[in-house]
Amino acid sequence: MFSEHNLKKLDDLGKNYPESKPLVLPALWMAQEQFGWISPEVMRYVAGLLNLPVSHVYGVVTFYTMFNTKPVGKYHLQVCTNVSCMLRGGDRLLKHVCDRLQIRKGGTTSDNRITVSEVECLGSCGTAPAVQINDDYHENLSPERLDALLNGLS
Amino acid sequence: MEEFTEKLILPGIGDLHRIGVYEKHGGYTALRKALSMKPDHVIDEVKKSNLRGRGGACFPTGFKWTFMPKQSEKPKYLCANGDESEPGTFKDRQIFEFNPHLFIEGALIAAYAMGISVVYTYVRGEYAAWIRMLQKAVDDATGRGYIGENILGSGFSTRFVVHRGAGAYICGEESALMNSLEGNRGYPRVKPPFPAQNGLWGCPTTINNIETLANIPVIISRGWEWYSKIGEPKQPGTILYGVSGHVNRPGVYELPTGTLLTDLIFRHAGGVPGNKKITAVIPGGSSTKWIRGEQLEGVRMDAESLKAVGTSIGTAGVIVMDEDTDLVSVITRIAHFYHHESCGQCTPCREGCGWLEKILQRFSAGEATAGDIDLLLDVANNIEGNTICALGEAAAWPVQSFVGLFRDELERRVRKTVPEPAYIPPPHLVSSRS
Repeated sequence: MFSEHNLKKLDDLGKNYPESKPLVLPALWMAQEQFGWISPEVMRYVAGLLNLPVSHVYGVVTFYTMFNTKPVGKYHLQVCTNVSCMLRGGDRLLKHVCDRLQIRKGGTTSDNRITVSEVECLGSCGTAPAVQINDDYHENLSPERLDALLNGLS
Repeated sequence: MEEFTEKLILPGIGDLHRIGVYEKHGGYTALRKALSMKPDHVIDEVKKSNLRGRGGACFPTGFKWTFMPKQSEKPKYLCANGDESEPGTFKDRQIFEFNPHLFIEGALIAAYAMGISVVYTYVRGEYAAWIRMLQKAVDDATGRGYIGENILGSGFSTRFVVHRGAGAYICGEESALMNSLEGNRGYPRVKPPFPAQNGLWGCPTTINNIETLANIPVIISRGWEWYSKIGEPKQPGTILYGVSGHVNRPGVYELPTGTLLTDLIFRHAGGVPGNKKITAVIPGGSSTKWIRGEQLEGVRMDAESLKAVGTSIGTAGVIVMDEDTDLVSVITRIAHFYHHESCGQCTPCREGCGWLEKILQRFSAGEATAGDIDLLLDVANNIEGNTICALGEAAAWPVQSFVGLFRDELERRVRKTVPEPAYIPPPHLVSSRS
């Protein structure tokens, strides 16, 4: 299932650790990059690759919030509403984007383009409020600036 | 005393993240110097400098290093903690972005001092961009022979691995971090055994914060005597203070320990928009106890001064709230965070954090009773001290301090229309039937 490139990369990473189990997070990251989300099938595959029980991989996937256990849109909008963002309008930003896209938080637009999630502190407190779109941070946002950002998405 | 204005961690030199620029400004000379010293001598310098950890617990760094066994049949590891998930904290990402080699150099000196074979830097998963920056710096340093076999001809070898987390506040707790790095759920471990005896894969391990390690090169190059005179002598040096919330210029400010909180907020962060009054300040990240606006005068950002107003420096992430803030909704949001992030191992935290959030939501919804105020304290007091790790305290402290400082705010939110039911103590407080 993994591309040759990813298999090679994983092999190289293996040299950094005394056993294969620590590769579970790197392998799941690769899987999420390649498939967009971590399906039960992917969990079985990663477990087989690293010689781990499927239950272990399932346990890891479900512990960490960044692994998507269901498909997400092409763009994953992760809106921070923790204290520093909240004090500077993070809540309003979340409501604004949900209203605009006509979805609830955690939901995906019907064209599978955008998923909106509420997330905990992104470490952007000094540039609040912040939204992470896929891997990229967008900071010091207002509803207008977020609108402009959404308009610019392909 | 003359004001110390030098920036040691973030000097603001353009392109300092490039290894050539870093070297031109004296980069990696502290590593050379350390490699010419005996490892114990390096530890001694750090110990005498009185450097304290910047991750929240303020533990003396040099002292922590002495816990590592001198002789060990097993490999020894260093974990650099870049999980940085405490709300209000955003300093380590500045180091990754603007001065990554300073951290790498500090970690290498630490590795030499303790005889470390691999340095694992654990960075929170959200920081994908900063992980790339750090990895680039690590690759550059490897290319110049600062990392790897026989570093600078010293005979000392160490490797440097950057490991990406995947979204879990608890992985900033050192034993949870180790479990996560080993490829497990990020559950904190019972201590003892302590990491220096039984850490990663059962081997001797030391865990230090990124900013802590970034302080090491300057201590080595300029000496402990010079360093220990900066700021407050009991925890000297400069700190990357993060100021957020209702201020005109939020951001990271590098200033000596013991800086006046009012200086930080008004002089550096530009005061409150619209010159509004401050009602509350969280001094060191969301887990620290609150300070009322009227208490700010004369409070310094050091352990003792903050202790006098009942709180602590934590990660030095200062969150400012103006007079228009709905304080109850803020404390409810904090309670929600800890409920969300509790790993679920210990019953008092797993259940208690949920109760704190639900009870606080009753105040926001106008459905609380007068007894709910004491119930909040009761639940918080029964989390504190009863859990494997400090997340229990992190959840309890803000609520305890909020009830202590802003009881009036809560009383105003109590439902007035129905008769007050009697307070029934929770079952664990009722003495047994014997």
